[in-house]
Amino acid sequence: MKLYPRQRHRVLQIVTKLVIPFVLLFALYVQFHGDYGPGGGFQAGVIFASAFILHGLIFGLQRTRQVITPTALRILMAIGVLIYLGTGIVSMFLGGNLLDYGVLAHDPKHGQHWGIFAVELGVGVTVTAVMISLFYGFASRR
Amino acid sequence: MIADQLPALQIVIPMLAAPLCVLIRRSFVCWCIAVLANVLVLATSWAIFKQVQSEGVIRYALGGWAAPTGIEYYIDSMNAIMLLLVSFISCVVVVYAHETVRKSVQTGKHYLFYAAWMLCLTGLLGISITGDAFNVFVFLEISSLSMYMLIAFGSDRRALSASFRYLIMGSIGASFILIGIGFLYAATGALNMVDIASRIPDAQSQRAVLVAFSFLTIGLMIKSAVFPLHGWLANAYQHAPIAVTAFLAGTATKVSLYVLLRFFFSIFGTNYSFGGMLLNVVLLPAAVAGFVLMSLVAIFQSDLRRMLAYSSVAQIGYIIAAFCLASQAGLTAGIVHIINHGIIKTALFMSVGCIIYRVGHAHSDSLDNLFKKMPFTVCAFIFSGLGLIGVPLTAGFISKFSLISASMERGWWMIGVLVLLSSLFAIVYVGRVVEIMLFRKARTDNPQPTGLREAPLLMLVPMYVLLAVSVWVGISGSATLSVASDAAAALLGGYQ
Repeated sequence: MKLYPRQRHRVLQIVTKLVIPFVLLFALYVQFHGDYGPGGGFQAGVIFASAFILHGLIFGLQRTRQVITPTALRILMAIGVLIYLGTGIVSMFLGGNLLDYGVLAHDPKHGQHWGIFAVELGVGVTVTAVMISLFYGFASRR
Repeated sequence: MIADQLPALQIVIPMLAAPLCVLIRRSFVCWCIAVLANVLVLATSWAIFKQVQSEGVIRYALGGWAAPTGIEYYIDSMNAIMLLLVSFISCVVVVYAHETVRKSVQTGKHYLFYAAWMLCLTGLLGISITGDAFNVFVFLEISSLSMYMLIAFGSDRRALSASFRYLIMGSIGASFILIGIGFLYAATGALNMVDIASRIPDAQSQRAVLVAFSFLTIGLMIKSAVFPLHGWLANAYQHAPIAVTAFLAGTATKVSLYVLLRFFFSIFGTNYSFGGMLLNVVLLPAAVAGFVLMSLVAIFQSDLRRMLAYSSVAQIGYIIAAFCLASQAGLTAGIVHIINHGIIKTALFMSVGCIIYRVGHAHSDSLDNLFKKMPFTVCAFIFSGLGLIGVPLTAGFISKFSLISASMERGWWMIGVLVLLSSLFAIVYVGRVVEIMLFRKARTDNPQPTGLREAPLLMLVPMYVLLAVSVWVGISGSATLSVASDAAAALLGGYQ
């Protein structure tokens, strides 16, 4: 039974498999706790992408490309920007200025909260996708 | 409600178009999105222009956070001119781009081309609209990065090295600007331009302000390709895809010149820049050497795009020389030349682009008697070339005339003489090409491609629209002059 192309890195492979979920979880924590503590979309995006980069380093680019394809990354990149801008446009339709989150909810404080949440989500998605594509770009020779 | 949101729409529309292009990916649909977005942007900037003319300065607080705290868009008559210029040129050229992109860019990458174009437009408009010094840097990076990408789309392999060279020079320029803004922030504690301007008089004696001033001067000189720092420009213009050259020539350096104006006149103030810091002692020799030498260099170029690139450096020299006069008349001349040169040079590059589209390259050797094959293109080249020289009744005449009269007013008659000298060189380099295209007999040893015909309509129409505008500017004359003189007054008067 041949599980992986490079058997000699068994330990690394198993540790990686154990670590990746926690890295992803930590990224999500940094992402969604960003409005209270240190963190936010940029940092979370990089941490989230680092899990995929680790996967790529240990299991090879081929397998990572199957997990998340370049096409998916391209779409995610665009969607992140659209989430960001979409939040701004929604606040414009609700009568505020661009990116004025105060109008997003009944209470301006909640509105600010939601707005930051949505915008940072957009940032996180795009940063993740860009970081992984950078890794693909440098790691692949094509 | 829409009227209040116009400044935001100006940026949001092109920025929205970019990810849409990436998602949709079909070449033709992406082009449609780009054109539609550009038309909307043009309409928006026209509305803003009208609004500024009738109601004065527009201030738009992003996110509802008022000025010193938040980022604001600050639009006075100068910003309105730049917005209109950039969106108009981009709109015309993006229509023109369709055929050229289909021919010279890899099929699978068209969507990236249009997405990069939209991002570049976002950046250029953002620089022109924002009232926040750090925001200027952010938008500068957006526009520059996408511009490097656009240049690298060139079909020639040399496009890559040209793009890389521009990337190195551009990044040095951008980091100098960032350092300058950082020092300004350290000295004044403000990033909002109006706020910095109000605190500069108290902070003037600090060395940090001096350092900021020097860094900004060098950074902006690199970005706007002022004479000794123009090294990146010729290669970038020559090897970029033809539509990109036209877009770049009309907008990128002009927007950098606007930033230069904004920093030296509005933020540091005319007295500090030209009185205390003797900016004209540094810039004027560079500008004069630029327009004389570069016009001379242009004469000896065999590639049409390279020739026009050197001529662009020379024109930037005129604009900087006009700024150095630091008077109402001088600034008016500079701003008029920003507008006129933007339009004329774009039209010229578009006509050269049509030649490249059909002939394959633009070496002056193989354009013999081109008029017979491509009459409309050659006509456009001749008319915009006349504008470049500054023949009466063209747009170029107005800007050169106002530059010369402004320098006479200041008593710097030598500048006027040198401008005339460099215009003589312009007659030579434009005339040489026109002579080849009109009169030289086609040689047998250097045949043009067989079946050479006129460029497609989709390229000719936008080119003639631009040409019509430049002719209108040239004949009506006072229209641009009065607008530019408003802007000059706003810049010299400082922030209220």
